[in-house]
Amino acid sequence: MAQTISMPKLGFDMAEGTLVRWLKKVDETVNKGEVLAEIETDKATVEVESSASGVVRRLLVDEGAVVPVNSPIAVVGTADEKIEEPVLQEAERAKPIAETGQTPKVERQSAAVPSLTLSSPAPAPVTETVPAPVEGPVKASPLAKKIALDRSVDLGRIHGTGPGGRIVRRDIEATLASQVSPVAGQIVSALPSPDNSTIRLSNQTLPLSKLRAAIGRRMAESKMSVPHFYVTHEYKMDALMDLRTQFNKLVPENEKLSVNDFIIKAAALALQQFPNLNASLNGNLVLQHGQVNIGVAVSVEGGLLTIVCRDADQKPLRQIAAEVKAMAARARDGRVKPDDIEGSTFSISNLGMYDVENFIAIINPPEAAVLAVGSAREVAVAENGVVKPGWRMKATISVDHRLSDGAEAARFMQALAVFLEEPLRLVI
Amino acid sequence: MARITMREAISQAMWEEMERDPNVFILGEEVGVWGGSYAVTKGFYDHFGGERVRDTPIAEAAIIGAAIGSAMTGLRPIAELMTINFAFAAMDHIVNQAAKLHYMFGGQFVLPLVIRAVGGGGRQLGATHSQTPDAVFAHFPGLKVVSPGTPADAKGLLKAAIRSNDPILFIENATMYQVRGEVPDGDYVLPIGKSTIQRPGMDVTIVTYSKGLEISMKAAEELARDGIEVEIVDLRSLRPLDMVPVIESFKKTNRAVIVEEGWKSFGVGAEVSSRIYEQAFDYVDAPVVRVAQKEVPLPYNRALEQYALPQPADVVAAVREVL
Repeated sequence: MAQTISMPKLGFDMAEGTLVRWLKKVDETVNKGEVLAEIETDKATVEVESSASGVVRRLLVDEGAVVPVNSPIAVVGTADEKIEEPVLQEAERAKPIAETGQTPKVERQSAAVPSLTLSSPAPAPVTETVPAPVEGPVKASPLAKKIALDRSVDLGRIHGTGPGGRIVRRDIEATLASQVSPVAGQIVSALPSPDNSTIRLSNQTLPLSKLRAAIGRRMAESKMSVPHFYVTHEYKMDALMDLRTQFNKLVPENEKLSVNDFIIKAAALALQQFPNLNASLNGNLVLQHGQVNIGVAVSVEGGLLTIVCRDADQKPLRQIAAEVKAMAARARDGRVKPDDIEGSTFSISNLGMYDVENFIAIINPPEAAVLAVGSAREVAVAENGVVKPGWRMKATISVDHRLSDGAEAARFMQALAVFLEEPLRLVI
Repeated sequence: MARITMREAISQAMWEEMERDPNVFILGEEVGVWGGSYAVTKGFYDHFGGERVRDTPIAEAAIIGAAIGSAMTGLRPIAELMTINFAFAAMDHIVNQAAKLHYMFGGQFVLPLVIRAVGGGGRQLGATHSQTPDAVFAHFPGLKVVSPGTPADAKGLLKAAIRSNDPILFIENATMYQVRGEVPDGDYVLPIGKSTIQRPGMDVTIVTYSKGLEISMKAAEELARDGIEVEIVDLRSLRPLDMVPVIESFKKTNRAVIVEEGWKSFGVGAEVSSRIYEQAFDYVDAPVVRVAQKEVPLPYNRALEQYALPQPADVVAAVREVL
């Protein structure tokens, strides 16, 4: 029997997803678990796997459509079976209601609704399609299309001068020339008097990406509603740097440990002793998490994602390193799995690789705290009246004052010091 | 280097090869005492004797059949068909035997056979004596089809054909025997299966061969007066078909016109344009246009015959169409 595939709910706060791209066409065979489509959520582009094997009979939404979670997006069945009306009707509900305001005929629907569609919650009645720039297909030569793609030119805005209005190479070239000429013109005119004229690039207005918008929304909400306070601590890293060097001599190139892998493990172990910092505030209730899931901020194109190393206090360092490496790679490729980015209880943001002395991070709600880590650097340190070189690293914790206070945070930073400064504790 | 005619170049190639290799011999209608219907073998009979320049009955199947047999036994025959239109009488020998013997006998035989055939229209010889069926023969794997557009290429390619161990149909255009060009003296041999640029340009690629080259060159001169520089690629052989210079040129110009004297349907232009779309789709800026003979049996009437055959003006119009 035909099965509907629905927009998955990939996070507790996900309400809708954008269908970015279909990877299967109608009448194509699909196996259970094979990737059917790519969708974009607030956080990432994620692959949707088919929950059924068979032949793709219907694709119910267009690429670019924003679809509420649990709304049907495709029907998978056998090649020749008749697609039962309820299946389709279930799917069709999304579109017409928004457009015509008609009420779905519920009584017809109840006749032979397959169990699968019954079990899924009723879809929210909205399917909003991103408006296409031009009605109908754009007529353009293959070369023009190729150039437009390579140079990010919107063919819909170009007037074709080829036969029948076809867009050909010269039309794209003319458009490109007109785009750059103002700037080029100014540079040329600036040449005769270089000392008192400046080269100005034209203003550009760009749409805010979904990821940027999501980061902005969450961070603004956090900074406005969560009372942050900050505690900075300087750690002696000599022993850890030594241990890391020794360790990395023993493992292959692709399994080498980063300083951050040690910090993840150290923070996770320290958090075992500080349940208030591994917690969430829910109204008047404090939820102290039973797991220590460390979120690690990963810089990706156009923003950042927080990947999650689950049960980091329980895992050996090498496993932490391997998991983080794999998840970070997926994040940068835009192919994170929902599990990669959901469920962190405490986050670490490390800018150490950028030669940063110290910085302050914004708490990622609903977490209680975030640790901002600077670079481990060799500096002059005074000990017992003698100045000598030593490895030092600063870290600043941002804490939700509703859940904890300065003294507790400072004690946490000291506890962290125990693990970082005697790093053998991290491996025993 | 001497400036000689296509006829002289072809004659020179055969003469030199017959001097070089005693296994090379000529057979065909009127090739001996008469010196060839197009005077290509004039003087051969007196010089090489009746054993090596053999007049045959008017029996094309016998000419090609005898040529195949002698090639299988180690000689290197050059069989002349007075016109390619008579090749149909020998069709079984050409496409069922010559093209397949090497394959069918598992490589036990090679077939160092050249069939020289005279083709093309434009001389008021009527529909059955004026055809350009080159594509028909190029359809068959196992048979190489070579057709030069310049005297130098005629010499270099015919010498290569005579030395080749494969059966080769060498098609000469009857209206081009008087075309003159610089031809290298002595042992000038060209590889078979290499297209070449006969005129460089940036604006449109013209793909052609044989008579189409002459037509395209005239069109190119007219277009150049308007500042349009076409690049002309001469295929020189239809099988093997060397697309490399064609694709390279097309990637530069993004536009192509294909010029052939034969009919358009299922022709050389169809094959070449299809390969352009397959190999350079992302470089296509305009549909490829074919210039070919109109789809009728070629008329006898001079005006009608010229109207049906592709002319330089047709090529000029096609180039303007793709620009």
